[in-house]
Formats: sequence, structure tokens, C-alpha cells
Amino acid sequence: MEEAILNGLQGLISGFLHLEWRSLVMFLIGGTLLWLGIKKDCEPLLLVPIGFGCILVNIPLGNLMGEEGFLRTIYDMGISNELFPLLIFIGIGAMTDFGPVLSNPSTFLLGAAGQFGIFITLALALSLGFPQMEAVCIGIIGACDGPTAIYVTSQYAPQLLGAVSVAAYSYMSLVPVIQPPIMRLMTSEKERTTVMPAMTRKVSKTTKLLFPLVITVLGGLIAPMGLPLLGTIMLGNLMKESGVVARLTKASENEIANVVTLFLGISIGATMAGGAFLRPQTLIILALGFLAICLDTVCGVLFGKVLYALSHGKVNPLIGAAGISAFPMAARVAQREGQKYNKKSYLLMHAMGANAGGQVGSVIAAAVMLSVLSGMGII
Amino acid sequence: MDNWTFGITMMVCGMGGTILTLWIMSLVMSLLGKLFPYKKEAE
Repeated sequence: MEEAILNGLQGLISGFLHLEWRSLVMFLIGGTLLWLGIKKDCEPLLLVPIGFGCILVNIPLGNLMGEEGFLRTIYDMGISNELFPLLIFIGIGAMTDFGPVLSNPSTFLLGAAGQFGIFITLALALSLGFPQMEAVCIGIIGACDGPTAIYVTSQYAPQLLGAVSVAAYSYMSLVPVIQPPIMRLMTSEKERTTVMPAMTRKVSKTTKLLFPLVITVLGGLIAPMGLPLLGTIMLGNLMKESGVVARLTKASENEIANVVTLFLGISIGATMAGGAFLRPQTLIILALGFLAICLDTVCGVLFGKVLYALSHGKVNPLIGAAGISAFPMAARVAQREGQKYNKKSYLLMHAMGANAGGQVGSVIAAAVMLSVLSGMGII
Repeated sequence: MDNWTFGITMMVCGMGGTILTLWIMSLVMSLLGKLFPYKKEAE
């Protein structure tokens, strides 16, 4: 009788007995992510479920990522088969207005410059000794695009999924903090005060309807490995522009995106088990991810400066910083910085064009990278 | 494949491929704009 009671009580304290220092550190990390999301409003839709998932998975004996665990079920349902990032992309496509970039297609190229950080970081990760596919997944943080980073990493380096996703989403939310000092450092007072003429060119409905179709076919032919990414974002955009499937468009940008975001967040948090996450490698990945986003900004502004020179001072180089995927945050940063130096400068619509270019650019960069890897016989 | 060759190939093909693809896409967008210009009545 006494023994049974003692055994029963032991069952109640076994969780405490199995508590390791790693679990405690991961509780702190999970708590920090929750604090960033709740108190600092940094990507709360993702950081809150990620932080909670991180705490859940590190509670000993819970076995939530075990074969029958509910977090494993969610993970297998949409992360390991890449479904969740693609569903998110339909919502992103449905929310994105490509009008500004269609009315000034040259800003699309700023979306290419904003992806250079991916490739430079990839080279740096290789030089630091990361295996080739891990280097690719670290570089993809520079896409500044959470779903793309998750799509590539879950496929080719799932062991890095936690670190890469946390880096991608955290830095994305820190774009308003990371970018301005770089933008100021890279531009002269004269360049920053450049006033760009208002965008007057309107885009026909036919062009807006054909855009997603043409881009899907063209992009799919050039980089077929990235077709799921490009196809889903363009499907969302086609639904939005067609105007005839309002229910589907609304469902994609609201209900589906919300449910998937919850599942995506909690299952990413679930990959952050102390044993796998607490390694020196994680710190290096976080540092490289930060560098990738800085390099994107540097290259984007540099390309903006090239356009400034080629246009004889008509393009404000600050819009180059918006050529990343953080939409529409990066465009707002460019607008705010422009206004800071010249109250008559309205860069928002131009920056939105670059930002929409960055949105497609990040997908194209990942698609091109996967297709190059496939061509090399690596994947 | 050694890391050096891999890195250089990814830089050249990846970066070059991204710029080239987006440049082609921007040309296509310009073409679409010219083929189907905005007409107030039609919209």
C-alpha cells in the first residue's frame, strides 16, 4: 500500500527529476520569443506559437514530438511535406498588390538586388565549414521570407529548421531597426532627399490578370524546382485580381492563412528541442542570418544608387532597401527614411514596387537555387 | 563536389539566374503594359 502511494507520488515528480539544464535554457528562449511577440509586437502571429511550441517540446516526458505526439502529427501534416508554407503563399499572393511594380517594371530589378545576401551568406557559411545543403538553407534566411526559408530548410536540412525559421522571422520583424542605419550609411544627403515623381501610369485589368499566369509559366520553365512556391503565390494573386472568387480570396488571406500560421508556428517551435537547438552552430546561424539581411539591404541600396546614376538623379536610392520580401514593412521603412530628410518626398508607391519585386525575387532566388542544385545533381 | 566549386557555381548561376529571370520578367511586364494599355472606359 505504502509502496503504491510512493510510486504514485514519484510519478508526479518524475518530470522534475528529468529536467535538464537544456530544458531550462529552452524555456528562457521560448519565453523570450513570447516576450518579443507579446510585449514588443515583433511578428506576434508567429513568435507566440513558436515560443509556446518551444516550451511545450522541452517539457520532459511529454513526448509531444514522439511518434504519437500531437506536435509530431502537425509537423508531419504540413512541415515535412512542405504544405504549410505553400498554403501561406496562396494567402500572400491574395494580399499582394502588384500594381506598383506593373506600372514601373524596372523596380522589379531591385527585388533581384535584394536577394544578393542569400548567395554571399551561402558562401560565408561554406567557408565556416557548414555542409553544402546546410549552407544553402542558412543563405535562404537572406530571402527575408519565412515561408520560403521553411520550404527549403524542411526539405534539405530539417535539423536546422528551428534556428533558420526563428532567425528568418525575428530578423524580418526587425527590418525597421536593421535597415535605417545601413540606408543612412550607404547614401549621401543629396541622394536621400531625391524627390521621385508621382506614379501616374495606370495598369489595365488585363495586364493584372495576365501577370500571374505569365510569371508562373515563365518562372516555372526557367526554375521548375521552385514552381510550387511561385505557383501558389501567383494563384493567390490571380484569384484576387480576377475578382470572381472573392470567397476563396478572403478564405486564403484570412481563415486558411490564420489556421496554417498557427500550425506552422507551433510545429516550428516543436523543432526547438534543447538537444538539437543548443549548439554553437545555432549562434553562428543566427549571426549569419543577421548578416544576410544586412547584405540584402546593402546590395539593394547599391543597386538603387546605380539607378540614381543611370536616371541622372531621378531615382531615390533608398527605395533599393525595399527590394526584400518583408512586405510592406520594408516599403514603409523607405518611405519613413525619405520623409525624414525631405518632407516633400513620397517614396511609398515606388518602394512598394521594389517590395513587390522583392516578394517575387525571394521566391525566384529560391527557385533558381533549387534548380541549379538539381542541375548539378545535388538534389 | 568541393566547397569552392559549389560556392562559385551557386554565386554565378544563382545570383546571375535570379537577376536574369527577374530582368526577363520585367521585360514581359513592360510588354504586357504596352499590349494592354489602361483604358478608362474599358476598366
